[in-house]
Amino acid sequence: MASSFAKMMSSRGLLMASIGAGAVATGYLLSDSAVISAEQRRKLYPPSADFPDLRKHNNCMSSALTPAIYAKLRDRITPNNWTLDQCIQTGVDNPGHPFIKTVGMVAGDEESYEVFAEIFDPVIKDRHNGYDPKTMKHPTDLDASKIHSGVFDEHYVLSSRVRTGRSIRGLSLPPACSRSERREVERVTVQALAGLKGDLSGRYYSLTEMSDADQQTLIDDHFLFDKPVSPLLTCAFMARDWPDARGIWHNNEKTFLIWINEEDHTRVISMEKGGNMKRVFERFCRGLKQVEKLIQERGWEFMWNEHLGYILTCPSNLGTGLRAGVHVRLPKLSKDPRFGKILDNLRLQKRGTGGVDTAAVGDTFDISNLDRLGKSEVELVQMVVDGVNYLIECEKKLEKGQDIKIPAPIQFFKK
Amino acid sequence: MPFGNTHNQLKMNYSAEQEYPDLSKHNNHMAKVLTPEMYASLRDKQTPSGFTLDDVIQTGVDNPGHPFIMTVGCVAGDEETYEVFKDLLDPIIEDRHGGYKPTDKHKTDLNPDNLQGGDDLDPNYVLSSRVRTGRSIRGFCLPPHCSRGERRGIESLSVEALGVLDGDLNGKYYALKDMTDEEQQQLIDDHFLFDKPVSPLLLASGMARDWPDGRGIWHNDNKTFLVWVNEEDHLRVISMQKGGNMKEVFNRFCTGLTKIEELFKEKGHEFMWNEHLGYVLTCPSNLGTGLRGGVHVKLPNVSKHEKFGEILKRLRLQKRGTGGVDTAAVGGVFDISNADRLGFSEVELVQMVVDGVKLLVEMEKRLEAGQSIDDLMPEQK
Repeated sequence: MASSFAKMMSSRGLLMASIGAGAVATGYLLSDSAVISAEQRRKLYPPSADFPDLRKHNNCMSSALTPAIYAKLRDRITPNNWTLDQCIQTGVDNPGHPFIKTVGMVAGDEESYEVFAEIFDPVIKDRHNGYDPKTMKHPTDLDASKIHSGVFDEHYVLSSRVRTGRSIRGLSLPPACSRSERREVERVTVQALAGLKGDLSGRYYSLTEMSDADQQTLIDDHFLFDKPVSPLLTCAFMARDWPDARGIWHNNEKTFLIWINEEDHTRVISMEKGGNMKRVFERFCRGLKQVEKLIQERGWEFMWNEHLGYILTCPSNLGTGLRAGVHVRLPKLSKDPRFGKILDNLRLQKRGTGGVDTAAVGDTFDISNLDRLGKSEVELVQMVVDGVNYLIECEKKLEKGQDIKIPAPIQFFKK
Repeated sequence: MPFGNTHNQLKMNYSAEQEYPDLSKHNNHMAKVLTPEMYASLRDKQTPSGFTLDDVIQTGVDNPGHPFIMTVGCVAGDEETYEVFKDLLDPIIEDRHGGYKPTDKHKTDLNPDNLQGGDDLDPNYVLSSRVRTGRSIRGFCLPPHCSRGERRGIESLSVEALGVLDGDLNGKYYALKDMTDEEQQQLIDDHFLFDKPVSPLLLASGMARDWPDGRGIWHNDNKTFLVWVNEEDHLRVISMQKGGNMKEVFNRFCTGLTKIEELFKEKGHEFMWNEHLGYVLTCPSNLGTGLRGGVHVKLPNVSKHEKFGEILKRLRLQKRGTGGVDTAAVGGVFDISNADRLGFSEVELVQMVVDGVKLLVEMEKRLEAGQSIDDLMPEQK
C-alpha cells in the first residue's frame, strides 16, 4: 500500500510540475487541464487511500467495515446522491466508548439501507440480536387492545411513555435533507396534525417562531428539545440549518407530542403521569394510525418495508422504533447487586430520568425495552409491562425482607 | 464532502425560494451579502471537485453570529471556490478587507530585511512575539472538503518537506493520532498543541471530520518554529519566542517559509497563490498574507484608557485575550496583532505591529507615571 501511494504521489507530482510554470506565469487561475475534477480525484485516491483509521474505534460500524467492503461501496451513491462516507462519518468521528457500543452510522435516505446493504446488514445483525434483513421479516402490530396487566402500581411508577419515529417516504432523512426537503417534512406533518380531533386536537410550535413564554412552558413541561449537542448527532450532519423547520406539536391535554425534524423526520410520543401504560399505548396507536391516514389522504406515506419495518435515521431504531418506558422508583432493588442481571434477563434497559446518556437521580429510573426490531410493538410493550410488574414485585418483596429471584432470560428469537 | 456534488442536483427539484436559508436573525458577512437572487443564480454551480454554494455557506447558516462580532460565515472547499462563487465572495472580501476590490492586486513581500527596527520592543512589557500564517497546497481540496486520502497526502508531503529542514530549523513531527501521553503533555505545556476544534464556527464547516487522522504538529528543536498540519488550513506556520525581538521572529518566519516553499516545489507542488488574492486559505478572512503578527504585552493602564479602542483602530491593530481568538485578557496582558490580512504585504503588516506596539508601550509608561498620552495619539494608518 505504501508503494502504490508513493507511486500515486509521484505521478501527481509530474502532473503538477508540468503545469506549474505556466500557472505561476499567469499568476491567476490554473487552466482547466490542471484542475482536478471529482472524477479524476476518485481515480487518484483509490479506496485504500481513504479507508478510515478505525484501530481505536469500538462501534458497530467499525466492527463491520472492512477495507474490502469499503472499496466496494465507496463510489456508490443512492438516488439522492448520498454516499458511504456520509453514512459512516459519525462513526469515524466518534470512536465510541469501551463499555457502550454505539452504532456509528446513519442513513441519509430510505435507499441507503439497500445501496449500502453490505455494511448496514452486519451492523443491523450486531445491534439487533442477530436479525438478518435478507431473510427475516419484521412484524408490525399496533393493536393496543392486546395489552394485558398494563396498569402499574402508582406508588412506584411515576409516569409512563411510549415513543417511536416515522419518516416520510420520498424525502431525505435529517443527515442528508436539504432545507426545502426539511421544510416539506414540516409542512406535510403539520398539515396532517391539524386534522387531529377530540383528545388529540392540538397545536404546533415552530422553533424559529416560538415566543419566550411558549418556550418556557414547553421547557417546564419537559417537551422542548434543544439543538443536539451530542457529537454522535452533530457529526451526522443532522443539526444543519438549526432551527429552520424544527418544531413541536402537542395536543391540548399534553399527552400526545410530536417532534419534527430533530433526529428523525418525526418522533411521536404518548405520555402521562402515573402507571396507565395501557392507556398511553392505546393513545399512541390511535394517534399514529390517524396521522398515517391523514398523510395518506394527501398522497404521502411512511417509510416502511417488511424486512426493516419502519425506516429511521439510526439503524438502532429500525423495526418498531419503539421505546416504551416508565419512570419508576426502585430504592431497594436498585441497590441490589442482582439489579443489572434482572434487567438483562427481562430485556430491559435503565437510563437516568433525563433520558439517554443521563444518570439516575435518587432512586428513580427510566426503565424501557432494549429491543426495537424483530418483535412487534404489542410484543415489546407487553415485555415492558411484564418486566416492570416483575421489578415492582421484587421491590415489594425486598421491602418485606423477602428474597427475590433472577428471572429466566427471555429468548428473543424463538428457535 | 469529497468526490461529488452531494445532493446538489436533487435540490434543483425545489425552487430557489424553497431552498433559500432563513437569515433573518443572522449577522455575519455571508448573511449581509447573500440575497435570494444571488442564491438563485449560484445554487446550480459547483467547483470541479464538487463543492457547492450550500457547502460554502453552511457554517454561516448554522452560526447566526454575534451582535458585536462580525464573523465571515463562509469557507472555501478548494482553490476554485473563490472563482466559481466570486459573486458571493468578492463582496464579502471587500467588506471584510477594508474595501479590497475584485480588481485590486495584492503584494507579497517576505524579505525580512525590509522590516525596520523591531528588535528592541521592551521585554519588561512585551512578554512574547509571534508571527503566523497559513499555506494551502495547490491541487488538494481544503479542510472543509478534503477526503481522508487527500488529507493524508497533505500530511505525507508536509512531513517529507519539513524533514529536510536543518540548522536551527531542524525538528520533528508529532502525528496527533500516534502521540504518546508524555509528548502530548509536553506540547500542551509548550502551548503548541492544538485540539480538535470545539468552535461551532469550525465544526459546522466540516473541517473536523475524521479527527485526528492526518493531523499533527511539527516543531524545530529550539521550539521557535512550528507548523500545524491539517487543522483549519493545510498548514499553519508559526514563528515565536519569548521577549520582544519581533525582527528575529520575522526573520525566522520568512526564512522558514521560503525554505518550505522551495522544498514543496522540488516535489512538484506549490502553494495556492494568485496576484489578486495572495495566498489562498480556507477562510476568506485569512486571504492575502494570512498573516497575524502579534505580541503578548502588558498594558494594564492603556487598556483602561477610554481611547484604547480608538488607538488600536487607528494603528490598524486588534486585541485578543492571551488564549487567542475568542478569549478575554487576563491580568492586563493582551494579545495585540495586526487587524488586516489582505491588501498589505507581510512586511507592511509586521511593520505596523512593531511601530504600533512600540507606541502602546510608550503610552503605558506615560500612564504609569501619571502623565497624559494626548500628544501621542496616532493618526489613522
